[in-house]
Amino acid sequence: MAEPPAALNSGHAIEFAPGVHWIGALDPTLRTFDIILKTANGTSYNAYLIRGSEGVAIVDTVKASFSEDFFARLESVASYDEVKVIVLNHLEPDHSGALPELMRRAPNAKLYISTRATSMLKALLKPDGERFDYTTVGTGDTVSLGDRTLRFLHTPFLHWPDTQCTYLEEQGVLFSGDVFGCHYCDARLFNDKVGDFRFSFDYYYAHIMRPFKQWVLEALAIIEPLKLNMIAPTHGPILRDRPRRYVAHYRELSSSSLAGRISDDERSLIIFYMSSYGNTARMAEAIATGAEQVEGVRVSLYDLEGGEVEPFVDLIEEADALLFGSPTINGDAVKPVWDLLSSLAVLNLVGKLGGAFGSYGWSGEAVRMIEDRMRGLKMRVPLKGVRVKLIPSDEELAVCDTFGREFALELTGQRAGGKVVDMADLA
Amino acid sequence: MAKGKVTFEDIDTTVNVPAGTRLIEVSEKVGAGIIYGCREGDCGTCMMHVVEGWNNLSEPSVLEQKVLKENMAGRHDRLACQAQVIGDCVVKPT
Repeated sequence: MAEPPAALNSGHAIEFAPGVHWIGALDPTLRTFDIILKTANGTSYNAYLIRGSEGVAIVDTVKASFSEDFFARLESVASYDEVKVIVLNHLEPDHSGALPELMRRAPNAKLYISTRATSMLKALLKPDGERFDYTTVGTGDTVSLGDRTLRFLHTPFLHWPDTQCTYLEEQGVLFSGDVFGCHYCDARLFNDKVGDFRFSFDYYYAHIMRPFKQWVLEALAIIEPLKLNMIAPTHGPILRDRPRRYVAHYRELSSSSLAGRISDDERSLIIFYMSSYGNTARMAEAIATGAEQVEGVRVSLYDLEGGEVEPFVDLIEEADALLFGSPTINGDAVKPVWDLLSSLAVLNLVGKLGGAFGSYGWSGEAVRMIEDRMRGLKMRVPLKGVRVKLIPSDEELAVCDTFGREFALELTGQRAGGKVVDMADLA
Repeated sequence: MAKGKVTFEDIDTTVNVPAGTRLIEVSEKVGAGIIYGCREGDCGTCMMHVVEGWNNLSEPSVLEQKVLKENMAGRHDRLACQAQVIGDCVVKPT
């Protein structure tokens, strides 16, 4: 790696556009971020300082343990009494860690956060018992620094409810928060100077943004029309060389890969199962046969024993409905079912239809446990699952067939509605 | 005992419930599409729209009103984990 710029070693700010400075911190030895993410060369906590004719703005801070670097860089280009504006695009501790101290040091500053950030701000300041005044902002709100204007973009759920982007209008710089970021630590700072960070960029998207694809698309709709000279995210390289490439890549990553493979009016139903003696497998086949009778449903049937978790996760992402079949062994569903059902945090499953079925020896808890897990994943479980004691009879297979058909009718909105039930009759 | 009819518009199903029942208790059991997060009125995940019978749900508390505001609730939106049924109403997921 080339030697980092001298300014990085000496705790100086790096000016990358007139009056716009990087005042963040590098964390090259970090190997795991937030429990869930591997960071092969660490990460950076990017914070920015913008100098206008009527004051200075700070956009985001750093993780608390890196405050010293942050304040040293800030002090190298501004004094605290010049700071008029502090913007937090995202309140996660790696960006808000130095906020309480910054607020203490900069008494003239006003804090700007998104509408949805207020309860998080209070929770983060709880240990110190401090309260700061703040202003909540949304799309279209602006703050003037005299000859510079910061415009706020409401971009929630990227990847917390509170997230927003801030756009420096006169220079076309988008301070994007975690959007377009990655855990990649390189003192060369800029995308046209750092090493090959494609893997880190895609990996970050897959683990942080992927569950919120719909929100990414909504954010892109307000980001794409902007004149973009640079994108300055809170982690990883500053994207100054062809920034639009990354916007286009986000759109590609957030778009459906199933669209065009099945028709728009078809619904995808995937049936996963495990079977010890072939009983749950026979149930799965009968359910698939029943579901296939319904027009507009494309059924896929998979034996979990014959696949890896990762590709199944990809399939689940685009499915409209999921059924899981599991035998009950020692009062539980089998491990491959849980392995898959515990690997879905990177997806948005809200509103997908779910259901379960399975053969059992004497108690048959698996089906209800899977249904509970699906509800926990915010899926809708419209039908009580089918349980069969040991070997399914022809009558029981007919019940499976009906279950499959009813489930598919529900999926396509054709199931007889208008039902009236008593609370006491609900399971 | 006083009763109320709760209709879940998304699944076209009506449930007869004892007055005082929280929406969350019914909607989960019947498989309606309202989704839940914290289940204690803090996160706003279970926001639902009251199509009819707004006055047949318990009054929102100050805390619920605050959470609704923070989550940019529309007119006649409530948190399903907080609203209690006191008469007939029709609801659907937001």
